[in-house]
Amino acid sequence: MLQEYLPLLIIFLIALLVGIIAMLLGYLFGPKRPTRRKSAPYESGMVPYGPGRRRMSVRFYLIAVLFILFDIEVIFVISWATVVRQVGVPGLIAMAIFLGLLEVAHLYAWKKGALEWE
Amino acid sequence: MSIGVMLVYGLLGLIVVITALGMLTSRNAVYSALFLVLNFATVAVLYMTLGAPFIALAQVSVYAGAIMVLFLFVIMLLGAEHITQRSTGRGHRVLSVLVAVALLAEAVIYILFRGAGVEMAALPSLPPDFASPAAIGQLLFSQFLLPFEITAVILLSAVIGAIYLTRRERQAAARTAAAEQPAEKPVEEPAEKTPIY
Amino acid sequence: MSINDFLAILPVLVVLVTGVLVMVADVFLPEGRKGIAALLSGLGLAAGLGAALAAVPSTGTAFAGMVVADGFSLFLDALFAAVGLVGIGLAYDYFKRMRLQRGEYYTLLLFSIGGMMLMGHANDLVMFFLALELLSIPLYILSGFFRARLASQEAALKYFLLGAFSSGFVLYGIAMVFGGTASINLEGIVAAVRDGSANLTFLLVGAALLVVGFAFKVSAVPFHAWTPDVYEGAPSPLTGFMSSATKAAGFAALIRLLLVVFPALGENLAPVVSGLAALTMIAGNLIALVQTNIKRLLAYSSIAHAGYLLIGLVAVNSSAAGDAVAAMLFYLVGYAIANLGAWSVVVAAEQAEGRGLELEDYSGLGRKYPWLGVAMLVFMLSFIGVPLTLGFWGKLYLFRVALESGLFGLAVIGIAASLVSAYYYLRVVVYMFFRDGEGVARRDVWLNLIAIGSAAAVVLMALVPGDLLQVAAQAVLRVP
Repeated sequence: MLQEYLPLLIIFLIALLVGIIAMLLGYLFGPKRPTRRKSAPYESGMVPYGPGRRRMSVRFYLIAVLFILFDIEVIFVISWATVVRQVGVPGLIAMAIFLGLLEVAHLYAWKKGALEWE
Repeated sequence: MSIGVMLVYGLLGLIVVITALGMLTSRNAVYSALFLVLNFATVAVLYMTLGAPFIALAQVSVYAGAIMVLFLFVIMLLGAEHITQRSTGRGHRVLSVLVAVALLAEAVIYILFRGAGVEMAALPSLPPDFASPAAIGQLLFSQFLLPFEITAVILLSAVIGAIYLTRRERQAAARTAAAEQPAEKPVEEPAEKTPIY
Repeated sequence: MSINDFLAILPVLVVLVTGVLVMVADVFLPEGRKGIAALLSGLGLAAGLGAALAAVPSTGTAFAGMVVADGFSLFLDALFAAVGLVGIGLAYDYFKRMRLQRGEYYTLLLFSIGGMMLMGHANDLVMFFLALELLSIPLYILSGFFRARLASQEAALKYFLLGAFSSGFVLYGIAMVFGGTASINLEGIVAAVRDGSANLTFLLVGAALLVVGFAFKVSAVPFHAWTPDVYEGAPSPLTGFMSSATKAAGFAALIRLLLVVFPALGENLAPVVSGLAALTMIAGNLIALVQTNIKRLLAYSSIAHAGYLLIGLVAVNSSAAGDAVAAMLFYLVGYAIANLGAWSVVVAAEQAEGRGLELEDYSGLGRKYPWLGVAMLVFMLSFIGVPLTLGFWGKLYLFRVALESGLFGLAVIGIAASLVSAYYYLRVVVYMFFRDGEGVARRDVWLNLIAIGSAAAVVLMALVPGDLLQVAAQAVLRVP
């Protein structure tokens, strides 16, 4: 029963190969004459100053948490989508309740300004 | 078990162990997180080989996807890419070695003496597609309908918690104040003023 | 799926739907009118209470065997709805005073109550787990409701980490039980044990893990470490609610699991639960002796009371099972009333920014506010188990069950621990009446009503303990 995943494996291998070949070609044929100026990080042609890393805004945190919660919701929707004809109208109603509850969450997030990027 | 299957599991197991070790030993927290992504993805493949594609899907989408995004955000917004000082004490390390040895011994004893004494209850043989998304969907809308809906309520309370605990109300108040009399300058973000390095 | 499925868990549905409605209403309520959310929640809980009292226990299951609606679960529904109503009464004025009146508090409180009710109804290990999460997650958030207070943040984080840890135990337990019996439905597990196809070793490991997981929730020693910090850091009205209701929910799960699912393991589990009971009674009461903060004192008191209740749990698998369950329910009700009353006094005495919580701050409070003082005296006496209070009868019934099922040691420990507890409970009263101080308390009509009403209930209900025990004895569990 693992055989049915063979195409998937082949695609992964091809993807991997394409990436490796592309990098390899650049490595083999690209001219390399590094100078100090060239090796410096590129910052719009200016001389770079200050730390390269900046702390990210805390706002991303809330976005990521909400992403997880709605991602879990999507998982349930997928399982419904595979049997949407078999479970019929009762399934539709059940899914409507489920999505309705999550829509309340969406309304809450919206109204409380969690989706705004001040 | 055929040689091919053994090989697949051996390879997957090896990748899982190596990525887990890589996560533990990386000095850069971002590398650790990326090792963990690889680890989650490999575990997802293991689920797939065990005949549970739905779990594999959830593993990739939720764990390797959403949760790792959160991890990376947290690492970056704390500016904690580099773990500078050794945070573990001596007692901590001794204890962890002891626990590891105990677990290893347990595993060895289990492998040596399995089948002796403890008898597994005969589990009903499962149909090959019992964990397919379609089968899970069927169960979700028949037997497990109530748990399914209760999950929505749990997610709902989690959304409230995430928003309530992180939203800054002073800013909301400032925004309404700003709406009444337009301010010329936006409020500076205090966190970004302080340099980290 | 029929109407009967919904009727079986009607109280739960009423409470959860009200929670969602309050959430939607809160979004549109203007700042400063958030009290309406409290009113709505109160109405919803009253409806839930009515639904629980009007419901007739059925012998069947609902939602494909996921839930039952037996006397036991309906009794607990009514208890949780009532405790929730009092919880809202505690919170309303408090949050107005602290300038933190938010609709979220009431929504989350309702969700948590829904989870507790569901715990009583659960007939499938999946439902036990979901009910556990539904009752816990809102409580984690509510513990950190004072976002600006460090203690509140610490409480939320600690509660969340240890709560997640205990959820892990429950999940591993479920997996083990499934491994041993090939079923997670209580019916299926019982059937597998009965026809001998179950692997009892796996079942025992699973049962032990489940007991540990729920022992966290009832804060039995040695799984109690979170309790004092969380109870201290969380908003006081929440602590009052939490210490009364969460304990009942945890014991509801433990009673159903031990009585219905694991009777075959009674001999193996009884020594473990006995040990937990003895440890919890001894440690809870001894540590409470040295507390100077009223919230921590009541936290250790709540641990100690979990210990007394665990005695009943040991007896659940003896011949006196019916009596044990009735005695535990009686005790839970008595403890809930006295505890909510005591917390109403704490809420009244708390000042802004968490001041007014040391025992010193209670000096002279009883003479200044004689009603509150007398009420507190009644609650403390009930906690000790002095005759003429509900607490006395609760302990009497529990210890009687212990003696009936041959648990002499535990009964003796319980009585000795109760004597020790008299020291720290009476110390509160001594501070209130025999020390001089400038303690001030909030005069709020709801808080006074709760304090005096609970005190009256503790005394008056103690006049007819037999009838109450009869009611509790009606709350039988459905055994497949």
